[in-house]
Amino acid sequence: MTTALLSVQGASKRFGGLQALADVSLAVRRGQIHGLIGPNGAGKTTCFNVITGLYQPDSGSFVLNGKPYSPSSPHRVAQAGIARTFQNLRLFGEMTALENVMVGRHVRTRQGVFGAVLRHSAAREEERDIEQRAHELLRLVGIAGLAQRTARYLSYGDQRRVEIARALATDPLLLALDEPAAGMNATEKSSLSDLLQQIRAMGTTILLIEHDVKMVMSLCDQITVLDYGRVIADGTADEVQRHPEVIAAYLGRDAA
Amino acid sequence: MSASNARFSSRTQVALLIIAILVFPFVAAPFGNAWVRIADVALLYIMLALGLNVVVGFAGLLDLGYVAFFAIGAYLAGLLASPQLAATIESLQMDFPTAGIWVAELFGPVIAAQGMHLSVWLIVPLAALVAGIAGALLGAPTLKLRGDYLAIVTLGFGEIIRIFMNNLNAPVNITNGPQGINLIDPIRIGPVSFAGEAGVVRLGELAIPSVNAYYYLFLLLCVVTIIFSYRLQHSRLGRAWIAIREDEVAAKAMGIHVRNMKLLAFAMGASFGGVAGAMFGAFQGFISPESFTLTESIAILAMVVLGGIGHIPGVVLGAVLLAALPEILRHTVEPLQMTLFGQIWIDAEVLRQLLYGLALVLIMLARPAGLWPAPRKEQHLQTAEAAP
Repeated sequence: MTTALLSVQGASKRFGGLQALADVSLAVRRGQIHGLIGPNGAGKTTCFNVITGLYQPDSGSFVLNGKPYSPSSPHRVAQAGIARTFQNLRLFGEMTALENVMVGRHVRTRQGVFGAVLRHSAAREEERDIEQRAHELLRLVGIAGLAQRTARYLSYGDQRRVEIARALATDPLLLALDEPAAGMNATEKSSLSDLLQQIRAMGTTILLIEHDVKMVMSLCDQITVLDYGRVIADGTADEVQRHPEVIAAYLGRDAA
Repeated sequence: MSASNARFSSRTQVALLIIAILVFPFVAAPFGNAWVRIADVALLYIMLALGLNVVVGFAGLLDLGYVAFFAIGAYLAGLLASPQLAATIESLQMDFPTAGIWVAELFGPVIAAQGMHLSVWLIVPLAALVAGIAGALLGAPTLKLRGDYLAIVTLGFGEIIRIFMNNLNAPVNITNGPQGINLIDPIRIGPVSFAGEAGVVRLGELAIPSVNAYYYLFLLLCVVTIIFSYRLQHSRLGRAWIAIREDEVAAKAMGIHVRNMKLLAFAMGASFGGVAGAMFGAFQGFISPESFTLTESIAILAMVVLGGIGHIPGVVLGAVLLAALPEILRHTVEPLQMTLFGQIWIDAEVLRQLLYGLALVLIMLARPAGLWPAPRKEQHLQTAEAAP
């Protein structure tokens, strides 16, 4: 029996006249890859931004790992254990790949001004741990050799990998990925799928927005389908694929 | 072979540079104290530029009022290490007798008569602390602002501080207004005063000019400032600042408390400026609001930008060039014209501004990232090979 790691109840978000999210509820189970799909403009990214604190929801209750959390500010959400990547890459361009991942450790480390300036033994030790962990994560995502490269000049696929490593550096309970395969070719996509399975095997739960239906269907244990800001289906890949509303949303009413 | 040779020669260069910096005052002093004095001022500017670099270079917060913290440090030294506090208490007694008597009793008769004369060991940390608090206070209202808007507001704050210094001689005379504070104690370490007797500091047998003593003190402070800057940059905090500069939204999503980190950047940068200000006050012995105009803020920002924003060696280079070149021009242009033409065609000050503007334009055209920017690690060709 798997329990829900993240549970969202009745989340709503309105932008002026547009109801971007209407009473969305979803439960992400521990140790699974949970897909969030839907046609363009269905509210997937809005849902992500609400869960990770980038947008303030108008209503809704949020529980992570059995504890209610308020998605009122992104840094507190990261502290609580949700890390995310962005649909349009948001790396720290002038920093190296390694430094980007080291920034991810910020929320799990403590040293302040005195540690920085005096570099006493505790500070040096923490710094060493940060660097070591960052190297490990770069190795995990398969770009250990690019650690000292400036992030801006990495290839698109490698930048995606740095972003995933940076998110993992926060020791998240839930890793939220916003279209990680966008712009990737078939080979890159399949190696990304392998990486995500590896991360799941390590015990990190994944919430995944993805447009590539084939990838979602093969990878995800559970899928939630959004359309016009509402949940229209929720279930395993097979259940969702056969759901008439999903077929209607993707292919039009007549196809259903 | 060639690689080790290159390393050897760069090591030799560094060693030569260090020796040159250390012997400079003794070489320059025979040509007149003015040259060492120029170096002293340049060293203060290095501290200021490095402080501003924390705010502008690391955290990416454009601050056009940075000289305010220099002023706060200088005025702190002016109040706590000169007869000025006695004048303040006197003016308080004249206009508000009740409060004046109470304050005079609080400080005691000695201070009421002679002002406060704190030791430099107290003034330096106090200047860092007070300027740091001021930095956080002035930073707080600007947290939501970015770029041009932030620049305008900080510019305003810088001017507010200067105007306060200019006008706080009434109703109670705190800053002595436009006349400034005079007779600030020179720096004193143990029994040795850096002002010396008739400009000569005696350390036992050794006698060195006062400007040379200050040179080594400021050099030491500069080295400490450089080490602090470098360590801050390569720490958890420095990375968080740079992350905020690069992408604030992503920084937040990584769990960085953006508000607190920005305030910390303002406070850290300001505290460097405060220490430099206290040193400036003690070095000059006299301060007035004129030293803390917007032009100074712009000059310090120009040092950071021209040298290489965010890159410590670049910032130091920028500070040395922009602080020393105008002074050198001042001392060479007019004698040179006199010997060449027998009369002065261009005033040194005019030429200075001309060259200053020209240098900025040329550098923006030829080296937009500054004279000595941070090295980039881009190797496009290898990226494809190294990728799995």
